[in-house]
This record gives sequence, structure tokens and C-alpha cells, in this order.
Amino acid sequence: MHIPDGFVNGATSAAFGVVSAGGLGYSIRKTGRYLSDRQVPLAGLVAAFVFAAQMFNFPVVSGMSGHLLGGVLAAVLVGPWAGFVVIAVVLAVQGTFFADGGLTALGLNVVNMGLIGAVGGYVLYRLVLGLLPRSDRSVAAAACVAAGLSVPLAALGFVAEFAIGGTADVAFGAVLGAMLGTHVLIGVGEAVLTLLVVSAVVSSRPDLVYGAPTYVGARTEELIA
Amino acid sequence: MRDRRLVTFLALGLVVTFLLGVVVSQFASGNPDGLEFVAGQEGFADAARDHDLGDGPLADYGVSLTDNDVVNTAIAGAAGVLITLIVGYGVFALARRARGDHPVES
Repeated sequence: MHIPDGFVNGATSAAFGVVSAGGLGYSIRKTGRYLSDRQVPLAGLVAAFVFAAQMFNFPVVSGMSGHLLGGVLAAVLVGPWAGFVVIAVVLAVQGTFFADGGLTALGLNVVNMGLIGAVGGYVLYRLVLGLLPRSDRSVAAAACVAAGLSVPLAALGFVAEFAIGGTADVAFGAVLGAMLGTHVLIGVGEAVLTLLVVSAVVSSRPDLVYGAPTYVGARTEELIA
Repeated sequence: MRDRRLVTFLALGLVVTFLLGVVVSQFASGNPDGLEFVAGQEGFADAARDHDLGDGPLADYGVSLTDNDVVNTAIAGAAGVLITLIVGYGVFALARRARGDHPVES
């Protein structure tokens, strides 16, 4: 999912760089307003976790792999704005130290995985959560569905960027069909991994989960009281 | 940070994170990811330029650090987790401080 330099022309990449920088500044301000002191180390850990998880490319179909994007995962755990910052930090580290994702393409990647994946994914998460019963399990279930959908949505981000400033002459419909077809499948992996991690955190420390509504963990507290 | 349960939780999370980066990453599929696959299939893979920082020691996850791929991946994973942790914690700590009304730590 990391776009290298050269797929999208310089002007388009620069425009998305400006959008990303603006989004990052806004997200950092918003994050500072809601993040509690206890969540600061958690947010740093979530960034490191997403980096590590992205190293594991899982096989999808013959000849193709996919990896976690982690946008919904991060947004549910530490909130959509901190989630955006998490993804931007991971992409910046990958792009500078690991030559993974082009430097001029950083803005494109941050828009796809941070803005669409984390912030857009969080909107999806809240929508799905609203349709589910008021149960602790609904948090991980909603995160799972939103994560699965967030991958083809992020892929659509690339399709749009390529349509605006793609450097190769490839039919729009062909890129759209291929990107959607492959990333719907990769989304299944994203959904499973997000389900596993969010259920583990919700069952051990529901109080740390930003996206958990107030009814989560309430029964546990009643039992303790 | 007096909350010992929180410290335990974060320490456990850090162990899991290092295991992912150092051990689980060894089993990563070497096949192209979705975008690389599509680029190859639709014939625009050649449009990619070499990375500007492609000669760094950790470039492509340390692929040319030593002759041993397992060691390379392990070093890249551990280094990446540490760097991301430091940068991430730094950004969030600064964001939190910038609010200005942070309570005095007891």
C-alpha cells in the first residue's frame, strides 16, 4: 500500500503533501486537547505496534501479500486524531529509515492510510457501533467491520491520486477494478487482526480504549463493587 | 506514572510489539503487496523511482546489513520499533504539553 516515488507526478504529490501537513498539524492540536496523561505512552506504543505489525506481510492469494494498515486499530484505541498522528509517524519512520514509501509520496500515503484509514475508518467504526447491541463485544466487532472496509477505501484513495496525477498511461477502470479487487481481500486480514487486538485490549483494559462507549466495562465494575 | 497496572499493561504491549517486529516478521510473505501486485499487473511498476534514501543501513528493512536474512530482519524490526516508539512518544508528549494545563505529576 506504500506508494513509491514516481507513480504520481510531483505537483499532485506536493498538493497531497500540503493536505497531509495541514491534517497533521490539526490532528496534533486536537490530540493535545483530549489525550490524557495515561494515554500518551499508550499512543507511542500503538505507533510502535503498527510499525511492527506492518512488517508482517500475510499471504493473500498466490503471488500477492498484504499487511495491516492499522488506521482503525489506532483510532479505536487512542482516538481518530491521535490515530492519524500514529499513522503519519509510522509512515515517516518507514519512509526515512527503511526506504519504504517514497519521500515525495509521503503526503499521498498519509492521506490514504491516515486520513482515510484512521479518521475515515473511525467514522465507519462509530456508524457500525451504533447499529450493534450495547455490549462489550460490539467494540471489537465494529472495529473489525470498519477495518475491513477501510482497506478498499484507502485503495480508492490511491486510485483517485493516480487518476489525478498518474505518470503511466493506464485505463482508470483497470486500476480501479484491480485495486478494489485485491484490497477487498487484504481487508479480510485487516479485519481479523484488528478484531484480535481490539478484543484483547477491551477485555484487559477497557478504560484505555478511546472508542469504547461508556457502557463497556460497566458490568465488570458492578461485579467488583 | 504511579498506576502499576498501566505500567504492566504497557510493558506487556511492548514485549508483544518487539516479538512482532523481531520474530513474527521473519515469517512475512515476500510476495508483492496489493499495490505492487496491481502495478505489475497493470504495467506501471516501472514508473517507480529508486528511493532517495535507498542506501541507508536499514533501507528495505536491513536487507544488506549482513549475509544473514534472519539477523537483518531482527535488527530492522528491533530498530524500527525503538525509533517509532521514541518518535511517537515524543510527538504525543509534545502535543499533550502544548495544551499547557497538564496536571502536576505526583
